[in-house]
Amino acid sequence: MELTGAQSLIKSLEQVGVEVLFGLPGGAILPVYDPLIESSMRHILVRHEQGAGHAAEGYAHVTGRPGVAMVTSGPGATNIVTPLADAFMDSVPLVVISGQVATSAIGTDAFQEVDFTGITQGVTKHNWLVTDPDEIPRIIREAFYVATTGRPGPVVVDFPKDVANAKTEWSWSDEVDLPGYRPPAQPDMAAVKKALELIYQAERPVVYVGGGVIKANATEELTEFIEMTDFPLVTTLMARGAFPDTDPRHLGMPGMHGSYAAVTAIQKSDLLISFGARFDDRVTGKVSAFAPKAKVIHVDIDPAEIGKVRRPDVPVIADCALAIRAMVDEMKRVSASKKSVFDSRTKKAQLAWREQVTEWKTLFPFAYDGKGESNYAGPIKPQQVVEELSAASDEDTILVTGVGQHQMWASQLWSFSKPRSWVSSGGLGTMGFAVPAAMGAKVGQPAKTVWAVDGDGCFQMTAQELITCSQEQIPVKIAILNNAYLGMVRQWQQMFYEERYSEVYLSADLPDYVKWAESMGCVGFRVDDPGEVSSVIEKANSIHDKPVVVDFRTDSMEKVFPMVPAGASNDDILVHPSLRERLAKEV
Amino acid sequence: MSFTGTQEKQLREEEGTELIRPKSSHHLLAIKVENKFGVLSRVAGLFSRRGFNIVSLAVAPTEDERFSRISIVVDAESAPLEQVVSQLNKLINVVEIKQLHPDDAIEAELLLATLKVDKSSLVGIEKTVTKYKAHILEKNDSLITISCAGTPTKLDELENLLQSYEIVALHRTGQIALPKLEFLAK
Repeated sequence: MELTGAQSLIKSLEQVGVEVLFGLPGGAILPVYDPLIESSMRHILVRHEQGAGHAAEGYAHVTGRPGVAMVTSGPGATNIVTPLADAFMDSVPLVVISGQVATSAIGTDAFQEVDFTGITQGVTKHNWLVTDPDEIPRIIREAFYVATTGRPGPVVVDFPKDVANAKTEWSWSDEVDLPGYRPPAQPDMAAVKKALELIYQAERPVVYVGGGVIKANATEELTEFIEMTDFPLVTTLMARGAFPDTDPRHLGMPGMHGSYAAVTAIQKSDLLISFGARFDDRVTGKVSAFAPKAKVIHVDIDPAEIGKVRRPDVPVIADCALAIRAMVDEMKRVSASKKSVFDSRTKKAQLAWREQVTEWKTLFPFAYDGKGESNYAGPIKPQQVVEELSAASDEDTILVTGVGQHQMWASQLWSFSKPRSWVSSGGLGTMGFAVPAAMGAKVGQPAKTVWAVDGDGCFQMTAQELITCSQEQIPVKIAILNNAYLGMVRQWQQMFYEERYSEVYLSADLPDYVKWAESMGCVGFRVDDPGEVSSVIEKANSIHDKPVVVDFRTDSMEKVFPMVPAGASNDDILVHPSLRERLAKEV
Repeated sequence: MSFTGTQEKQLREEEGTELIRPKSSHHLLAIKVENKFGVLSRVAGLFSRRGFNIVSLAVAPTEDERFSRISIVVDAESAPLEQVVSQLNKLINVVEIKQLHPDDAIEAELLLATLKVDKSSLVGIEKTVTKYKAHILEKNDSLITISCAGTPTKLDELENLLQSYEIVALHRTGQIALPKLEFLAK
C-alpha cells in the first residue's frame, strides 16, 4: 500500500510493538506528528527533550522493553544527547527518532540543522540517517534489533523531513541483514568448565553481580547459583535488586560508597566471579590494588569488556542468563554423582570465609549519628528518610534517583528484593535523571508505586517534567533530600579541599519547593522535624491521583560513608566516624 | 608503558624521533566494512574516542562493491591490540577484522615527491630513481615529480635520501597489507 514516509515510520513503530513515545514536536519532525493522531501509540508530551530521553530510559529500566523518544532536529536533537550518553553507559535499550532537515538541505547550515548522526556516534550503539523512504521499515526493524539484543544500548534514527513527506510502499520483514553484528548468546562449554574448576577450588569466593544480570533477566539463574554454592555476593549500583538485600549472603553494594563488607570481601577474596559487571573505576578504586589475590571469572556478553580493566583468568562471553544456567546445570551434573561439588576441606574454608564476611557485615553497618535514638534532636538525617521510605514501601515499589549523595544513601539503605525495582544513572552520573525517569517508570509500570529520591540540585534541573506528570496523570512521588547544597561536591571539598567551599551552596528556601510543586499540579509537603518523617510519607502514599513532592529539610553537613577516596585503594576505605575505633581494632 | 596521543607525540618530539613507521610496536589491521554512509568516520572516531593512535590509514573499495577495506597501522603502545579489535568489532558496519603481524604480511605503500632540480642534481636523482625502481612522472626545467611503491622500510630509506635535495612536496599513502601466501587459508 502507498503511504507517506511519516506514515511508514508510525506503522513500523507500531509493528515492532511500541506502545508509548516520549517526545516534543518541532519543524523537521512535523510530518511525523500528523499521522501520530490516528496511531494506537500513546505520545507523552514532555517539556524538554532531555525529559523525553530519561523518561524512555526509566520505561526501559522497569519493563525491559526499549524506551522510545521522538524529537525534532537541531536543538531538539542536541537536548537528547545526554540521555543517549546515559543509556550508552548503562546499556539501556533506547530508540531515539530525530527529525532532520530535508536531504537536499543537509550540509547547508539550514535552520535547526545539526549533524546528529555525527554528534551521536560516540554515544550510541549505532545510528542511521534515513535517505530512502522505502528503507524505513527495514531501518526501524534494525534499530530495535540492535538496541535490544546483545549488550543493549541506545540507537538514533535520523529522519529528514523530505523522507517523511515522500511517497513509499510499506512492507515488513522480520529478517535483519547485518553482516557485522553477531551478538553472542550461548557460552562456550569449555570456558564454563574452566570457570567451574576455579569455583570448585575457591576458598574465599565473592560473586560480583553487575547490571548485565538485570538486563539478561538472569536473577532466577543467579539465585540458583547462590543456592548451590552458598557464595557471598555483592550487587553493583546497576544491579541493585538482582538479589534480595535481606539474604545474609548478600553483602550489599561494592565500590566508592559501598558497604564495608562488600568492599573488603572483594579485596580479600581468592576468586571473583563477575556476572555482567564491567570493573568500573567507581567499583575497583585503584585498579592495581583491586582484589589483588583474586583469580577472576568474567562473564559478559560484550567481548570488549573482557580484559578492558582487569585481565580475567577465565572469560566467558555470553548472555548472563545462559552462562549462569550452563554453570548451574554443569554443577548439578557433577554433584549428581557425589554429595557436593566442593571437597570437604574447601567447604570448610568457605564456611570460615562466610563467617568472616558476615562478621564484617555485622560490625560495619551503614551508620549515621542519631540512628534509632529517640532523644535525637538534630536536623533530619537524609538516611532516616530513605530508611523510613523503604520500610513504608511494598516490595513492588520502584525507587528512582538522581545523582549524588542522595543516590548513594538510597542505594545503600533501601531494602531491595526484586529486579527492575531500581532506576538510577550509574556510568554517566546524570544529575536531573530522577524526575523524568520516574515518570517513564510509572508509565511502564502504572500499577506500581514509583518513588523518586532526589537531591535539591538534581530536582532543579528537570522538575518541569512534573507538569507533564500532572497533565498526563502520571502520579509519581518525589522525596527531595533538601540539604541546600550540591552535597557530593560539598563533601569532596570538605574532605579533600580543606573545607574550601566553592560554588556548592544552593538554598533550602529558594525555590519554595512546596509552592513550585503546587504550581505544577502536584501535592507539596515540607518536613523539618525528624519525628514527622513517617507520617508525611504515609500521607504521600495515600495520594494516588496526583504527583507528590515532599521537601525533606535534611542535615546540610551529612556525608556519605563508607568512602574510598578517588584513586585510592579499596583497602583504604573510610568508614563512618562512629565506627573508626572498631575498624582500627579489626585491622 | 602506554601514552595518550599527545603525550606520545611530545615524547617523540623530545627524543627527536623522525619517523613513525610500523616496527615491532605497530600492528596492521585489515578491516572489512560495509560500504555505508559515514563508516570511515565511525572507525576513525572510535580510535580517537578510545585513545588509540593511528599511524596510517588507507581505505578503498574491495572486489565486492558492498564492502570496503580499511588498512590501519595502529600504534601498539597506545592500547592493547585485543582491546582495539574488540572495540572495532562492536561497530555494526565492521564485518571482519584481520590482524596482520608485520612478519606475516606483504606490506606496500606509495610515495610521491616533487623535488627542485637543476643540471647538477638531476644525475643524482635519476640514479636514485633507478636504484629504488621509482618512476619519473613529470619533469620540467626546475621541478621533477617521482613516484615509488614499496615496503615502508624501503620508502623510509628513499625519503631519507631525498632529504639531500630540495623537496617541494612529499606525500605517502600510508601502507596497505595482505597476508603472505603461506598464511592464506588453504
